[in-house]
Amino acid sequence: MSVTLKDVEHIAKLSRLEFSENEKEKLVHNMNDILKHIEKLNELDTTNVEPLSHVIELQNVMREDETKQSLPVEEALKNAPSKEESFFKVPKVIG
Amino acid sequence: MSSTLETCEQKVHHHLSIIQKRKNLNAFLHTFEEEALQQARSIDKKIQEGKAGSLSGMVIAIKDVIAMKGKLLTCGSKILQNFESLYDATVIEKLRNADAIFIGKTNMDEFAMGSSNENSAYGSVKNPIDEARVPGGSSGGSAVAVAADMAATSLGTDTGGSIRQPAGLCGVAGLKPTYGRVSRYGLVAYASSFDQIGPFAKNCKDIARVLQVIAGHDEKDSTSAKIPVPNYLSAMNRNVKGLKIGLPKEYFNDALNSEVKNAIEKSIETLKQNGAEIIWVSLPHSDYTIATYYILATAEASSNLARYDGARYGYRSPNVKTLSEMYTKSRSERFGAEVKRRIMLGTYVLSSGYYDAYYKKAQKVRRLIQKDFFDAFEKVDCILTPSSPTTAFKLGEKVEDPMQMYLSDIYTVSANLAGIPGLVIPVGKDSNNLPIGLQLLGKQFDEATLLRIGDFLESV
Repeated sequence: MSVTLKDVEHIAKLSRLEFSENEKEKLVHNMNDILKHIEKLNELDTTNVEPLSHVIELQNVMREDETKQSLPVEEALKNAPSKEESFFKVPKVIG
Repeated sequence: MSSTLETCEQKVHHHLSIIQKRKNLNAFLHTFEEEALQQARSIDKKIQEGKAGSLSGMVIAIKDVIAMKGKLLTCGSKILQNFESLYDATVIEKLRNADAIFIGKTNMDEFAMGSSNENSAYGSVKNPIDEARVPGGSSGGSAVAVAADMAATSLGTDTGGSIRQPAGLCGVAGLKPTYGRVSRYGLVAYASSFDQIGPFAKNCKDIARVLQVIAGHDEKDSTSAKIPVPNYLSAMNRNVKGLKIGLPKEYFNDALNSEVKNAIEKSIETLKQNGAEIIWVSLPHSDYTIATYYILATAEASSNLARYDGARYGYRSPNVKTLSEMYTKSRSERFGAEVKRRIMLGTYVLSSGYYDAYYKKAQKVRRLIQKDFFDAFEKVDCILTPSSPTTAFKLGEKVEDPMQMYLSDIYTVSANLAGIPGLVIPVGKDSNNLPIGLQLLGKQFDEATLLRIGDFLESV
Protein backbone atom coordinates (compact mmCIF):
# COMPACT_ATOMS: atom_id res chain seq x y z
CA MET A 1 0.00 0.00 0.00
CA SER A 2 1.13 3.55 -0.57
CA VAL A 3 -0.23 7.02 0.16
CA THR A 4 -1.11 9.79 -2.29
CA LEU A 5 -1.23 13.55 -1.80
CA LYS A 6 -4.96 13.22 -1.22
CA ASP A 7 -4.39 10.61 1.52
CA VAL A 8 -1.86 12.86 3.21
CA GLU A 9 -4.38 15.71 3.21
CA HIS A 10 -7.02 13.43 4.73
CA ILE A 11 -4.67 12.09 7.45
CA ALA A 12 -3.51 15.65 8.22
CA LYS A 13 -7.12 16.62 8.83
CA LEU A 14 -7.62 13.65 11.17
CA SER A 15 -4.37 14.56 12.97
CA ARG A 16 -5.33 18.23 13.34
CA LEU A 17 -2.21 19.27 11.47
CA GLU A 18 -1.71 21.46 8.43
CA PHE A 19 1.16 21.50 5.97
CA SER A 20 2.48 23.61 3.10
CA GLU A 21 2.37 22.08 -0.39
CA ASN A 22 6.09 21.46 -0.17
CA GLU A 23 5.78 19.67 3.17
CA LYS A 24 2.93 17.55 1.86
CA GLU A 25 5.00 16.29 -1.02
CA LYS A 26 7.87 15.46 1.28
CA LEU A 27 5.47 13.58 3.56
CA VAL A 28 4.13 11.51 0.66
CA HIS A 29 7.71 10.55 -0.12
CA ASN A 30 8.77 9.85 3.52
CA MET A 31 5.62 7.94 4.42
CA ASN A 32 5.86 5.75 1.35
CA ASP A 33 9.47 4.96 2.18
CA ILE A 34 8.45 3.83 5.64
CA LEU A 35 5.32 2.00 4.41
CA LYS A 36 7.45 0.13 1.89
CA HIS A 37 9.60 -1.17 4.73
CA ILE A 38 6.51 -2.00 6.78
CA GLU A 39 5.13 -4.15 3.91
CA LYS A 40 7.69 -6.71 5.08
CA LEU A 41 5.28 -7.87 7.75
CA ASN A 42 3.07 -9.37 5.05
CA GLU A 43 5.68 -12.08 4.53
CA LEU A 44 4.52 -13.56 7.85
CA ASP A 45 1.47 -15.74 8.30
CA THR A 46 -0.09 -14.55 11.56
CA THR A 47 -3.51 -16.19 11.18
CA ASN A 48 -3.50 -17.95 14.53
CA VAL A 49 -1.40 -15.50 16.48
CA GLU A 50 -2.98 -13.61 19.36
CA PRO A 51 -2.24 -9.83 19.20
CA LEU A 52 0.06 -8.64 22.00
CA SER A 53 -0.97 -5.43 23.74
CA HIS A 54 0.68 -5.81 27.16
CA VAL A 55 4.22 -7.17 27.38
CA ILE A 56 3.97 -8.21 31.03
CA GLU A 57 1.10 -9.95 32.75
CA LEU A 58 -1.14 -7.25 34.10
CA GLN A 59 -3.97 -7.49 36.54
CA ASN A 60 -6.81 -5.08 36.99
CA VAL A 61 -5.95 -2.69 39.79
CA MET A 62 -8.71 -1.92 42.27
CA ARG A 63 -8.73 0.36 45.30
CA GLU A 64 -11.18 1.48 47.94
CA ASP A 65 -13.38 4.36 46.84
CA GLU A 66 -11.85 6.86 49.22
CA THR A 67 -11.77 10.60 48.75
CA LYS A 68 -8.24 11.84 48.27
CA GLN A 69 -6.96 15.33 47.81
CA SER A 70 -6.64 16.37 44.18
CA LEU A 71 -4.98 19.33 42.52
CA PRO A 72 -6.46 22.68 43.66
CA VAL A 73 -8.20 24.57 40.85
CA GLU A 74 -5.72 27.47 40.84
CA GLU A 75 -2.87 25.00 40.45
CA ALA A 76 -4.62 23.11 37.67
CA LEU A 77 -5.11 26.38 35.79
CA LYS A 78 -1.51 27.46 36.21
CA ASN A 79 -0.42 26.45 32.71
CA ALA A 80 -3.64 27.50 30.96
CA PRO A 81 -3.13 29.70 27.89
CA SER A 82 -6.41 31.44 28.74
CA LYS A 83 -8.71 31.16 31.75
CA GLU A 84 -11.68 32.80 33.40
CA GLU A 85 -12.78 32.24 37.00
CA SER A 86 -12.28 28.51 37.53
CA PHE A 87 -12.44 27.54 33.86
CA PHE A 88 -10.19 27.03 30.85
CA LYS A 89 -11.23 29.55 28.22
CA VAL A 90 -11.39 28.55 24.54
CA PRO A 91 -12.86 30.16 21.40
CA LYS A 92 -16.62 29.99 21.04
CA VAL A 93 -17.79 26.50 20.05
CA ILE A 94 -21.48 27.05 19.26
CA GLY A 95 -22.34 29.89 16.91
CA MET B 1 35.61 11.58 38.93
CA SER B 2 38.52 12.61 41.10
CA SER B 3 38.64 11.52 44.70
CA THR B 4 39.90 14.92 45.78
CA LEU B 5 36.31 16.11 45.74
CA GLU B 6 35.26 15.31 49.23
CA THR B 7 32.08 17.19 49.94
CA CYS B 8 28.85 17.19 47.97
CA GLU B 9 29.21 20.91 47.60
CA GLN B 10 32.60 20.45 45.92
CA LYS B 11 31.14 17.80 43.65
CA VAL B 12 28.33 20.11 42.56
CA HIS B 13 30.82 22.94 41.89
CA HIS B 14 32.94 20.54 39.87
CA HIS B 15 30.04 19.41 37.66
CA LEU B 16 28.67 22.96 37.28
CA SER B 17 32.05 24.19 36.08
CA ILE B 18 32.14 21.49 33.37
CA ILE B 19 28.57 22.29 32.33
CA GLN B 20 29.72 25.88 31.93
CA LYS B 21 32.94 25.00 30.13
CA ARG B 22 31.26 22.66 27.65
CA LYS B 23 28.11 24.67 27.07
CA ASN B 24 28.53 24.18 23.34
CA LEU B 25 27.61 20.49 23.70
CA ASN B 26 24.08 21.75 24.46
CA ALA B 27 23.44 18.87 26.85
CA PHE B 28 21.31 20.81 29.34
CA LEU B 29 18.05 22.71 28.84
CA HIS B 30 17.86 23.98 32.43
CA THR B 31 20.34 23.87 35.32
CA PHE B 32 19.62 24.29 39.01
CA GLU B 33 22.83 25.94 40.29
CA GLU B 34 21.63 27.52 43.51
CA GLU B 35 19.26 24.75 44.43
CA ALA B 36 21.81 22.02 43.78
CA LEU B 37 24.38 23.78 45.96
CA GLN B 38 21.82 24.24 48.70
CA GLN B 39 20.82 20.59 48.47
CA ALA B 40 24.52 19.63 48.57
CA ARG B 41 25.16 21.63 51.73
CA SER B 42 22.20 20.07 53.50
CA ILE B 43 23.28 16.55 52.46
CA ASP B 44 26.87 17.25 53.55
CA LYS B 45 25.42 17.95 56.98
CA LYS B 46 23.38 14.76 56.89
CA ILE B 47 26.49 12.77 55.94
CA GLN B 48 28.37 14.20 58.90
CA GLU B 49 25.49 13.21 61.14
CA GLY B 50 25.39 9.76 59.57
CA LYS B 51 21.83 10.30 58.36
CA ALA B 52 22.26 10.51 54.57
CA GLY B 53 20.15 8.36 52.22
CA SER B 54 21.48 5.55 50.03
CA LEU B 55 22.58 7.85 47.21
CA SER B 56 24.06 10.38 49.67
CA GLY B 57 24.88 13.27 47.39
CA MET B 58 25.05 11.51 44.03
CA VAL B 59 24.75 14.28 41.44
CA ILE B 60 22.12 13.37 38.85
CA ALA B 61 20.77 14.99 35.68
CA ILE B 62 17.19 14.38 34.55
CA LYS B 63 15.93 14.07 30.98
CA ASP B 64 13.48 16.90 30.36
CA VAL B 65 10.58 14.52 29.82
CA ILE B 66 10.26 13.67 33.52
CA ALA B 67 8.23 15.95 35.80
CA MET B 68 9.90 17.88 38.63
CA LYS B 69 7.58 20.05 40.65
CA GLY B 70 7.92 23.78 39.93
CA LYS B 71 10.38 23.18 37.11
CA LEU B 72 9.97 23.64 33.38
CA LEU B 73 9.13 20.48 31.48
CA THR B 74 9.65 21.08 27.77
CA CYS B 75 10.13 17.57 26.34
CA GLY B 76 12.47 19.25 23.86
CA SER B 77 9.42 20.83 22.23
CA LYS B 78 8.29 24.38 21.55
CA ILE B 79 4.72 23.38 22.29
CA LEU B 80 5.66 23.02 26.00
CA GLN B 81 8.17 25.89 26.06
CA ASN B 82 6.74 27.49 29.22
CA PHE B 83 5.12 24.46 30.82
CA GLU B 84 5.77 24.11 34.52
CA SER B 85 5.29 20.74 36.27
CA LEU B 86 2.71 20.70 39.02
CA TYR B 87 4.09 17.60 40.72
CA ASP B 88 7.13 15.32 41.02
CA ALA B 89 7.36 12.10 39.05
CA THR B 90 7.61 9.05 41.33
CA VAL B 91 11.27 8.49 40.32
CA ILE B 92 12.09 12.08 41.35
CA GLU B 93 10.39 11.67 44.71
CA LYS B 94 12.33 8.45 45.33
CA LEU B 95 15.67 9.96 44.28
CA ARG B 96 15.05 13.01 46.46
CA ASN B 97 14.29 10.79 49.45
CA ALA B 98 17.55 8.89 48.82
CA ASP B 99 19.49 12.21 48.89
CA ALA B 100 20.43 12.47 45.23
CA ILE B 101 21.24 16.00 44.05
CA PHE B 102 19.44 17.30 40.97
CA ILE B 103 21.76 19.40 38.83
CA GLY B 104 19.51 20.12 35.86
CA LYS B 105 17.36 18.83 33.03
CA THR B 106 18.85 17.48 29.85
CA ASN B 107 18.24 18.10 26.18
CA MET B 108 16.50 15.43 24.10
CA ASP B 109 14.83 14.70 20.80
CA GLU B 110 11.38 16.31 20.79
CA PHE B 111 9.00 14.07 22.76
CA ALA B 112 11.74 11.39 22.79
CA MET B 113 11.34 10.81 19.05
CA GLY B 114 14.73 10.42 17.44
CA SER B 115 18.02 8.56 17.38
CA SER B 116 20.48 11.45 17.06
CA ASN B 117 19.20 14.31 19.22
CA GLU B 118 18.89 16.45 16.11
CA ASN B 119 15.12 16.66 16.63
CA SER B 120 15.29 18.88 19.70
CA ALA B 121 13.53 22.22 19.24
CA TYR B 122 16.39 23.68 21.31
CA GLY B 123 19.22 22.61 19.02
CA SER B 124 21.26 19.43 18.53
CA VAL B 125 23.38 17.91 21.25
CA LYS B 126 26.98 17.15 20.29
CA ASN B 127 29.00 14.06 21.08
CA PRO B 128 31.68 15.04 23.64
CA ILE B 129 34.28 12.76 22.04
CA ASP B 130 33.90 14.23 18.57
CA GLU B 131 31.73 17.33 18.36
CA ALA B 132 31.02 16.84 14.66
CA ARG B 133 29.12 13.70 15.58
CA VAL B 134 25.79 12.89 17.19
CA PRO B 135 25.50 11.61 20.77
CA GLY B 136 22.62 9.35 19.75
CA GLY B 137 19.08 9.81 20.91
CA SER B 138 16.61 10.40 22.19
CA SER B 139 18.27 10.70 25.64
CA GLY B 140 21.39 12.30 24.10
CA GLY B 141 21.65 15.06 26.69
CA SER B 142 21.57 12.56 29.56
CA ALA B 143 24.25 10.38 27.91
CA VAL B 144 26.49 13.39 27.28
CA ALA B 145 25.98 14.70 30.84
CA VAL B 146 27.57 11.52 32.19
CA ALA B 147 30.15 11.06 29.41
CA ALA B 148 31.46 14.62 29.85
CA ASP B 149 31.27 14.45 33.69
CA MET B 150 28.59 17.12 33.96
CA ALA B 151 26.86 14.78 36.42
CA ALA B 152 27.73 11.48 38.06
CA THR B 153 24.58 9.79 36.76
CA SER B 154 21.45 10.70 34.85
CA LEU B 155 17.99 9.46 34.02
CA GLY B 156 16.84 8.88 30.49
CA THR B 157 13.92 7.11 28.90
CA ASP B 158 13.97 4.26 26.43
CA THR B 159 11.10 3.56 24.01
CA GLY B 160 13.06 1.93 21.17
CA GLY B 161 16.65 2.29 22.34
CA SER B 162 16.75 5.88 23.59
CA ILE B 163 18.94 5.04 26.61
CA ARG B 164 21.03 2.22 25.18
CA GLN B 165 21.89 3.65 21.74
CA PRO B 166 23.24 6.99 23.12
CA ALA B 167 25.02 5.14 25.97
CA GLY B 168 26.83 3.10 23.32
CA LEU B 169 27.65 6.10 21.13
CA CYS B 170 28.94 8.17 24.08
CA GLY B 171 30.82 5.41 25.90
CA VAL B 172 28.85 5.19 29.15
CA ALA B 173 26.67 2.54 30.79
CA GLY B 174 22.90 2.74 30.31
CA LEU B 175 20.05 0.49 31.40
CA LYS B 176 16.54 0.08 30.09
CA PRO B 177 14.76 -1.83 32.85
CA THR B 178 12.02 -4.38 32.20
CA TYR B 179 8.70 -2.78 31.24
CA GLY B 180 6.90 -2.27 34.56
CA ARG B 181 10.05 -2.33 36.72
CA VAL B 182 10.08 1.47 37.18
CA SER B 183 7.03 3.69 37.65
CA ARG B 184 6.15 5.91 34.70
CA TYR B 185 4.09 8.30 36.84
CA GLY B 186 5.25 11.78 35.86
CA LEU B 187 6.89 10.66 32.63
CA VAL B 188 5.41 12.41 29.60
CA ALA B 189 4.07 9.64 27.37
CA TYR B 190 5.35 8.91 23.88
CA ALA B 191 4.42 5.24 23.33
CA SER B 192 2.99 3.94 26.58
CA SER B 193 3.42 0.21 26.00
CA PHE B 194 7.15 0.75 25.30
CA ASP B 195 8.32 3.70 27.45
CA GLN B 196 10.56 2.97 30.41
CA ILE B 197 12.75 5.20 32.62
CA GLY B 198 16.32 4.10 33.32
CA PRO B 199 19.75 5.31 34.47
CA PHE B 200 23.01 6.28 32.76
CA ALA B 201 26.27 6.06 34.76
CA LYS B 202 30.00 5.62 34.35
CA ASN B 203 29.80 2.08 35.69
CA CYS B 204 27.34 -0.70 36.47
CA LYS B 205 27.66 -0.20 40.24
CA ASP B 206 26.13 3.27 39.97
CA ILE B 207 23.49 1.95 37.57
CA ALA B 208 22.61 -0.62 40.26
CA ARG B 209 22.50 2.01 43.01
CA VAL B 210 20.09 4.22 41.06
CA LEU B 211 17.94 1.29 39.91
CA GLN B 212 17.70 0.08 43.50
CA VAL B 213 16.08 3.39 44.42
CA ILE B 214 13.75 3.92 41.46
CA ALA B 215 12.53 0.32 40.94
CA GLY B 216 9.34 -1.09 42.39
CA HIS B 217 5.59 -0.97 42.29
CA ASP B 218 3.84 2.39 42.43
CA GLU B 219 0.12 2.70 43.03
CA LYS B 220 0.10 5.74 40.74
CA ASP B 221 1.16 3.61 37.73
CA SER B 222 -1.09 0.61 37.18
CA THR B 223 1.43 -0.88 34.70
CA SER B 224 4.21 -0.96 37.30
CA ALA B 225 4.71 -4.55 38.40
CA LYS B 226 4.15 -5.93 41.89
CA ILE B 227 7.33 -7.96 41.78
CA PRO B 228 9.93 -7.79 44.57
CA VAL B 229 13.08 -5.78 43.86
CA PRO B 230 16.27 -7.80 44.54
CA ASN B 231 19.49 -6.36 45.91
CA TYR B 232 21.34 -5.45 42.72
CA LEU B 233 24.71 -4.61 44.25
CA SER B 234 24.99 -7.89 46.11
CA ALA B 235 24.29 -9.78 42.87
CA MET B 236 27.52 -8.35 41.42
CA ASN B 237 29.91 -11.08 42.45
CA ARG B 238 32.56 -10.61 39.73
CA ASN B 239 31.97 -14.14 38.59
CA VAL B 240 30.45 -15.35 35.31
CA LYS B 241 31.30 -19.01 35.68
CA GLY B 242 28.57 -21.31 34.42
CA LEU B 243 26.43 -18.48 33.00
CA LYS B 244 24.91 -19.30 29.64
CA ILE B 245 25.19 -16.38 27.26
CA GLY B 246 23.40 -16.46 23.91
CA LEU B 247 24.57 -14.84 20.69
CA PRO B 248 21.72 -14.24 18.24
CA LYS B 249 23.03 -15.18 14.81
CA GLU B 250 20.73 -12.62 13.16
CA TYR B 251 22.54 -9.76 14.95
CA PHE B 252 26.00 -10.71 13.74
CA ASN B 253 25.44 -10.19 10.02
CA ASP B 254 26.92 -8.04 7.24
CA ALA B 255 25.26 -4.82 8.45
CA LEU B 256 27.57 -4.91 11.45
CA ASN B 257 30.67 -2.72 11.19
CA SER B 258 33.83 -4.84 11.45
CA GLU B 259 35.51 -2.76 14.16
CA VAL B 260 32.37 -3.02 16.28
CA LYS B 261 32.28 -6.74 15.63
CA ASN B 262 35.91 -7.17 16.70
CA ALA B 263 35.39 -5.35 19.99
CA ILE B 264 32.30 -7.42 20.78
CA GLU B 265 34.12 -10.65 19.94
CA LYS B 266 36.93 -9.70 22.29
CA SER B 267 34.43 -9.36 25.15
CA ILE B 268 32.86 -12.68 24.22
CA GLU B 269 36.30 -14.29 24.40
CA THR B 270 36.87 -12.79 27.88
CA LEU B 271 33.57 -14.19 29.11
CA LYS B 272 34.41 -17.58 27.65
CA GLN B 273 37.84 -17.66 29.27
CA ASN B 274 36.24 -16.93 32.61
CA GLY B 275 33.88 -19.85 32.49
CA ALA B 276 30.78 -18.50 30.78
CA GLU B 277 29.21 -20.80 28.22
CA ILE B 278 28.64 -19.12 24.85
CA ILE B 279 25.76 -20.51 22.82
CA TRP B 280 24.46 -19.44 19.42
CA VAL B 281 20.71 -18.76 19.48
CA SER B 282 18.20 -17.64 16.89
CA LEU B 283 15.70 -14.78 17.03
CA PRO B 284 13.99 -15.59 13.72
CA HIS B 285 11.78 -12.47 13.58
CA SER B 286 14.62 -9.97 13.98
CA ASP B 287 14.10 -8.62 10.47
CA TYR B 288 10.61 -7.46 11.42
CA THR B 289 11.38 -5.46 14.56
CA ILE B 290 11.78 -1.99 13.03
CA ALA B 291 8.57 -2.30 10.99
CA THR B 292 6.61 -3.57 13.98
CA TYR B 293 8.00 -0.86 16.23
CA TYR B 294 7.22 2.01 13.85
CA ILE B 295 3.62 0.91 13.44
CA LEU B 296 2.88 0.42 17.13
CA ALA B 297 4.94 3.28 18.56
CA THR B 298 3.59 5.85 16.11
CA ALA B 299 0.03 4.63 16.65
CA GLU B 300 0.43 5.11 20.39
CA ALA B 301 2.15 8.46 19.84
CA SER B 302 -0.64 9.80 17.65
CA SER B 303 -3.07 9.08 20.46
CA ASN B 304 -0.83 10.31 23.31
CA LEU B 305 0.03 13.56 21.55
CA ALA B 306 -3.61 14.42 20.84
CA ARG B 307 -3.58 16.13 24.25
CA TYR B 308 -1.50 19.03 22.89
CA ASP B 309 -4.40 21.02 21.56
CA GLY B 310 -3.80 24.48 23.01
CA ALA B 311 -6.79 24.25 25.37
CA ARG B 312 -5.47 23.51 28.86
CA TYR B 313 -1.70 23.96 28.73
CA GLY B 314 1.13 24.50 26.33
CA TYR B 315 1.23 26.80 23.34
CA ARG B 316 -1.93 28.32 21.86
CA SER B 317 -1.73 30.02 18.50
CA PRO B 318 -2.83 33.68 18.79
CA ASN B 319 -5.61 35.07 16.58
CA VAL B 320 -7.60 31.90 16.11
CA LYS B 321 -11.32 32.27 15.66
CA THR B 322 -12.69 28.76 16.04
CA LEU B 323 -11.95 25.81 18.30
CA SER B 324 -10.86 23.63 15.42
CA GLU B 325 -8.52 26.36 14.19
CA MET B 326 -7.07 26.57 17.69
CA TYR B 327 -6.25 22.85 17.65
CA THR B 328 -4.78 22.76 14.16
CA LYS B 329 -2.76 25.96 14.29
CA SER B 330 -1.39 25.43 17.82
CA ARG B 331 -0.15 21.96 16.88
CA SER B 332 1.13 22.84 13.42
CA GLU B 333 3.01 25.95 14.55
CA ARG B 334 4.89 24.23 17.38
CA PHE B 335 5.42 20.51 16.70
CA GLY B 336 8.64 19.71 14.85
CA ALA B 337 8.90 17.77 11.58
CA GLU B 338 9.66 14.33 13.07
CA VAL B 339 6.85 14.57 15.63
CA LYS B 340 4.43 15.52 12.87
CA ARG B 341 5.68 12.68 10.68
CA ARG B 342 5.10 10.14 13.47
CA ILE B 343 1.65 11.52 14.32
CA MET B 344 0.75 11.26 10.63
CA LEU B 345 2.02 7.69 10.32
CA GLY B 346 0.32 6.66 13.56
CA THR B 347 -2.97 8.24 12.53
CA TYR B 348 -2.74 6.47 9.17
CA VAL B 349 -2.14 2.98 10.60
CA LEU B 350 -5.05 3.44 13.00
CA SER B 351 -7.42 4.94 10.44
CA SER B 352 -10.50 3.23 9.17
CA GLY B 353 -9.69 0.49 6.68
CA TYR B 354 -6.02 0.15 7.70
CA TYR B 355 -6.31 -0.84 11.36
CA ASP B 356 -6.28 -4.59 10.75
CA ALA B 357 -3.66 -4.50 8.00
CA TYR B 358 -1.18 -2.46 10.00
CA TYR B 359 -1.92 -2.07 13.70
CA LYS B 360 -3.38 -5.48 14.46
CA LYS B 361 -0.87 -7.19 12.21
CA ALA B 362 1.98 -5.49 14.09
CA GLN B 363 0.52 -6.51 17.45
CA LYS B 364 0.58 -10.11 16.24
CA VAL B 365 4.16 -9.87 15.04
CA ARG B 366 5.05 -8.31 18.40
CA ARG B 367 3.85 -11.57 19.99
CA LEU B 368 6.14 -13.57 17.66
CA ILE B 369 9.12 -11.34 18.48
CA GLN B 370 8.49 -11.74 22.20
CA LYS B 371 8.17 -15.50 21.77
CA ASP B 372 11.57 -15.60 20.03
CA PHE B 373 13.12 -14.19 23.20
CA PHE B 374 11.15 -16.40 25.58
CA ASP B 375 12.25 -19.45 23.55
CA ALA B 376 15.87 -18.33 23.58
CA PHE B 377 15.75 -17.76 27.36
CA GLU B 378 14.83 -21.43 27.77
CA LYS B 379 18.41 -22.14 26.70
CA VAL B 380 20.41 -19.15 27.94
CA ASP B 381 20.52 -16.75 30.90
CA CYS B 382 21.00 -13.69 28.76
CA ILE B 383 21.70 -12.55 25.21
CA LEU B 384 24.71 -10.54 24.07
CA THR B 385 24.68 -8.20 21.04
CA PRO B 386 26.28 -4.96 19.85
CA SER B 387 24.28 -1.86 20.89
CA SER B 388 24.37 -0.31 17.40
CA PRO B 389 25.62 -1.44 13.99
CA THR B 390 28.09 1.48 13.84
CA THR B 391 29.78 3.99 16.13
CA ALA B 392 28.56 7.62 16.35
CA PHE B 393 27.60 9.04 12.96
CA LYS B 394 28.06 12.63 11.78
CA LEU B 395 25.59 15.41 12.57
CA GLY B 396 23.34 15.91 9.56
CA GLU B 397 24.22 12.55 8.01
CA LYS B 398 20.78 10.93 8.38
CA VAL B 399 18.48 13.91 8.93
CA GLU B 400 16.98 13.82 5.44
CA ASP B 401 16.34 10.07 5.45
CA PRO B 402 14.02 9.02 8.31
CA MET B 403 14.16 5.34 7.31
CA GLN B 404 17.98 5.26 7.62
CA MET B 405 17.71 7.01 10.99
CA TYR B 406 15.17 4.41 12.18
CA LEU B 407 17.51 1.58 11.19
CA SER B 408 20.17 2.83 13.62
CA ASP B 409 17.98 1.33 16.38
CA ILE B 410 18.01 -2.09 14.79
CA TYR B 411 19.60 -3.87 17.79
CA THR B 412 17.71 -2.03 20.51
CA VAL B 413 14.00 -1.94 19.57
CA SER B 414 13.50 -5.66 20.15
CA ALA B 415 13.85 -5.27 23.94
CA ASN B 416 11.01 -2.74 24.02
CA LEU B 417 8.83 -4.92 21.80
CA ALA B 418 9.41 -7.90 24.13
CA GLY B 419 9.33 -5.88 27.37
CA ILE B 420 12.69 -7.24 28.51
CA PRO B 421 15.60 -5.36 30.14
CA GLY B 422 18.69 -4.24 28.22
CA LEU B 423 22.03 -2.98 29.51
CA VAL B 424 24.68 -1.28 27.38
CA ILE B 425 28.29 -0.90 28.52
CA PRO B 426 31.31 0.52 26.66
CA VAL B 427 33.77 -2.16 25.51
CA GLY B 428 36.34 -0.32 23.45
CA LYS B 429 36.94 2.26 20.76
CA ASP B 430 37.21 2.22 16.99
CA SER B 431 40.09 3.66 14.96
CA ASN B 432 38.50 7.14 15.21
CA ASN B 433 38.55 6.85 19.00
CA LEU B 434 34.74 6.52 19.04
CA PRO B 435 33.17 4.32 21.74
CA ILE B 436 31.74 0.88 20.99
CA GLY B 437 28.82 -0.42 23.04
CA LEU B 438 27.92 -3.96 24.02
CA GLN B 439 24.32 -4.83 24.84
CA LEU B 440 23.08 -7.51 27.23
CA LEU B 441 19.41 -8.49 27.02
CA GLY B 442 17.83 -10.40 29.88
CA LYS B 443 14.76 -12.21 31.06
CA GLN B 444 11.91 -10.04 32.27
CA PHE B 445 12.74 -8.61 35.73
CA ASP B 446 16.25 -10.09 35.67
CA GLU B 447 18.26 -6.87 35.55
CA ALA B 448 20.52 -8.42 38.23
CA THR B 449 22.16 -10.89 35.83
CA LEU B 450 22.83 -8.16 33.27
CA LEU B 451 24.43 -5.92 35.90
CA ARG B 452 26.49 -8.85 37.19
CA ILE B 453 27.94 -9.52 33.71
CA GLY B 454 28.35 -5.82 32.96
CA ASP B 455 30.22 -5.23 36.20
CA PHE B 456 32.41 -8.25 35.49
CA LEU B 457 33.35 -6.99 32.01
CA GLU B 458 34.19 -3.57 33.46
CA SER B 459 36.48 -5.18 36.01
CA VAL B 460 38.69 -7.10 33.56
